[in-house]
Amino acid sequence: MEALRGIDLDFPTGRLTTLLGPSGCGKTTLLKIIAGLIPASAGEVRVNGRVVTGPGPERAFVFQDFALMPWATVLRNVAFGLELKGMGKDERQSIARRYIAEVGLSGFENKYPHELSGGMRQRVGLARAFAVNADVLLLDEPFSAVDEQNRRKFQEDLLRLVALEKKTFIFVTHSIEEAVYCSDRIVILSRRPGRVAEIIEPQIDRSAPPDAIRRDQGYLDTVEEIWQGLKRYVD
Amino acid sequence: MTILGFRVPMMASLLVWCVVWEAVGQSGALFLIPPLSDVLTAMVALVQTGTWQAAALTTLHSFVLGMFFAITAGTLLGVLMGRFPAVDNLLGIWVNIFVSAPLSALVPVLMILFGMGETTVVVTVFLFAVWIIVLDARAGIQGVPPSLVEMGRSYGASAFTLYARIILPAALPEILAGIRLGLVRGVKGVVIGQLLVSIIGYGELFELYSRNFDMTNFWALTLILFAAAMLLSALVEALEKRVDYYAGVR
Amino acid sequence: MALPAHANGSSRAVHPPEAPTVWGKLMEHRPALWRAASVGLFFLAWEIAGRVPISYAFPTFLETLRAFVAMLLDGSLLAAYGQTLQPLVIGIAVSALLGVGLGIVMGLSRFAEWLVAPVFIVLQAAPMAALIPLITFVYGIGLLAKTLAVIMLALPVIALNGYKAVRNANPSLVAMCRSFQGTRWQTVTRVIIPDASPVIFAGLRLGLAAGFIGVILAELLITPTGIGDLITYHRSVADYPEMYAAVVSIILVSTLTLAALEAFELRVLRPEKRTS
Repeated sequence: MEALRGIDLDFPTGRLTTLLGPSGCGKTTLLKIIAGLIPASAGEVRVNGRVVTGPGPERAFVFQDFALMPWATVLRNVAFGLELKGMGKDERQSIARRYIAEVGLSGFENKYPHELSGGMRQRVGLARAFAVNADVLLLDEPFSAVDEQNRRKFQEDLLRLVALEKKTFIFVTHSIEEAVYCSDRIVILSRRPGRVAEIIEPQIDRSAPPDAIRRDQGYLDTVEEIWQGLKRYVD
Repeated sequence: MTILGFRVPMMASLLVWCVVWEAVGQSGALFLIPPLSDVLTAMVALVQTGTWQAAALTTLHSFVLGMFFAITAGTLLGVLMGRFPAVDNLLGIWVNIFVSAPLSALVPVLMILFGMGETTVVVTVFLFAVWIIVLDARAGIQGVPPSLVEMGRSYGASAFTLYARIILPAALPEILAGIRLGLVRGVKGVVIGQLLVSIIGYGELFELYSRNFDMTNFWALTLILFAAAMLLSALVEALEKRVDYYAGVR
Repeated sequence: MALPAHANGSSRAVHPPEAPTVWGKLMEHRPALWRAASVGLFFLAWEIAGRVPISYAFPTFLETLRAFVAMLLDGSLLAAYGQTLQPLVIGIAVSALLGVGLGIVMGLSRFAEWLVAPVFIVLQAAPMAALIPLITFVYGIGLLAKTLAVIMLALPVIALNGYKAVRNANPSLVAMCRSFQGTRWQTVTRVIIPDASPVIFAGLRLGLAAGFIGVILAELLITPTGIGDLITYHRSVADYPEMYAAVVSIILVSTLTLAALEAFELRVLRPEKRTS
C-alpha cells in the first residue's frame, strides 16, 4: 500500500520539526523510513550527506509505546544502546546516569519500568536516545500514551532539552497544540498517500515562561490556522 | 513460507513428512514403522470391519457423554467462580491443582470405584476435560467489562437477562476456547482411560494389535484417532473464529 | 455526578487509621485462610464420604493419612519416588533442551516453522498416550522406555510454546534493538529470548505436568515400577488406604513441583511480577 508520495523535506540541525497530519497519513511511516526501520520503495534519505540504508549511530528513535525492556532496570534500559555497541559496563553506566539525571529521573536508576508512571517511562526512552549521542532524534508520538498533565510538563522539559542538546529533532504527533507549542517548524501532511500540504513556522517568543506561551496570541492563531486547514480531512 | 513467490500453506509440510515416513517404511529399517501406503490401505479395510465400528461407537459414546458433563458442569462452575468470590476462594485451589495434576494416576482409583467398564472411561474423560473449561469460563466472566454490566443494569435488565444477554455472550470467546482445550484433553482422557481399562473400545483394539505385533493396523488405528482429534479441534476453532471478532473489542 | 465520588472520598478520609486488631491481622492473610478452609473442607468431606462409606473401596481420609505416614516411614514411598522421578527428570531435561531449542529455531526461521511446526501441532492435539505401548517393543521396560514416554508427552508442548513465544516477541522491542544497530545475534539473545522467557517457562510447566502423566502411564501400562507399581500392587491386594495414599502423594508431588517452578520463575525472571 502506498503510504507516502512525493515527500521532499530537509531538517535543519538544532531545531525541532514536527510532522503533523490526520491519522493514517503516513507520518509514522515517514519517521520509520528516516530511522531506517522500514525501507523506502522509492527515493532516499540523507543524513549529513550520507544515504540511509538502515538504522545508524547518528539517529536515535523514541518509541510511542516506550519499548522498554520489562526485565531490565532503568539504568540498563538507558544504557542499552551503548551496551549493544559493546561499551564497557562502568563507562556506559556513568553515561546513562548522566542522562537519567538530565531527564529528571535521578534516584530511579534501579527501578523497573512497571514501577514508573507512563510519563516517567517515556523519560527513560528519551534518556536512552540521548545516551547514544546521535545527531538526529526521532520521536514517534512520544506523549500519546502519557496523561495530559504529565504531557504538559514533559513538553516543557523537551523544549529545555532541545535548547540544551543542539540536535536535530523530528517529532511526530497528532496533537495540534503540542505541535505548535514545541516546534520550530511544522510539516503538515495530507491524507494517505501522505503529501506535504503545508509548512508552518510558528512565530512564538520561546524565551517567555511556558504558561505565557500557551496564552500567546501567535500560539493561539497558529493552532486555529492549522485546525482550519486540517478540518476537511476529519470524517 | 513462500517458494518462488507462491505462499505454501503451513500444513503442506506434513506431506513432506508423509513421504519421509513412506521411505523409512519401504526401507524396512524399523519394524515399528511400516510404509505409510500399507497403513492407509489397512485403514480403509479397518473402518469396514464390524469390530472397528463397534469400538469406535463405544469410544465415541464415552467421549460424548463425558464431554457433555464436563462442558455443562465446567461452564456452570466457571460462571459461579467468576461471579462469586466465595465460590472462587473455596474451589480455586482445587481447580488449579487438578488442571495440571497427573490424572492418569487417578484412573486405577476410578476403576475400583466405577468398575472395569464404560463408566470409568466417562469419568476419566470428564476429569481430564472439566478443569480447563472451568478456568477459562471463570477468566471469561471476570474479563467482562464492569461497564457492560452497569449498562445492562441502568437499562433495567433483570438478573436472568443480564446473564443470558450480556455476561454469557461477552464471555463466550473464552468459554469456547476452554471448551476447545477441554475437547483436546477429553480425547487424551478417553484414550488413557480405555488403554488402562483395556477391555473396551479402542483400548481393546490397541491391546490386541500391539500384543500381536500388528504394526500396520496399530498405526491405522492411531492415525484415525489423530485425525479425529485434529478435526474436532479444527471444528471448534472455526466456531471460535465466528465469535472471536469481538473478543478484542469488548 | 461528582457527588458519589465526593462522598466516597470523604468517607475514606473520615475513618481514622485503625489500630491493628486480631481480626485485621487475620484479614491480611485472607487468601491463605481461604486456602486452608478450602483444603480442610475437602478433607472433611472425604472423611465423611469414607465413613458412610460410599464404596467398599473408599477409605476415609484419616486411614489414608495413616497409610501415607506408614509408607513414608518404612521407606517404600521414597524408594518408589526414586524410581519414578529419575526418568521424569531425565525426560524433562531432554525435552527442555530439545524443545526450547527447536522452538526458538522455529520462531526465528520461516523455513523451520513451515517444516517442523505442523508436526508438533499435530502431536500436541493428538493423544500421544496411544503410542506408549509401542515403546515397549523397542526399548523394553527399563529406564529408557519410561524416559521416552515422558519425552513423547512433554516435548510437543514445550516446543510449541517456545515457538509461539519467539514468534510473538514484542515487535516494538525488536525494532528498538534494531534502531540502536543491534546485530541479529544481539536482538535474539538480549531482546527476543528474554521477552519470550515467560511463555517458554509456561511451556516448561505444561511439559512437566504432561511428563508426570507420561511417567505414571508408563508405570501403569508397561513397566510395573515406582509409584505406578505401588498403586497397582496395593490395588491388587485390596490395601485401599495405601493405594489412595500413593495416588494422592503423586498429585501432591506434581503440584508442589509445579508451584516451585513457578516461584522460581517469579523470583529470577520476572521483576515486573514481583510484589515487593
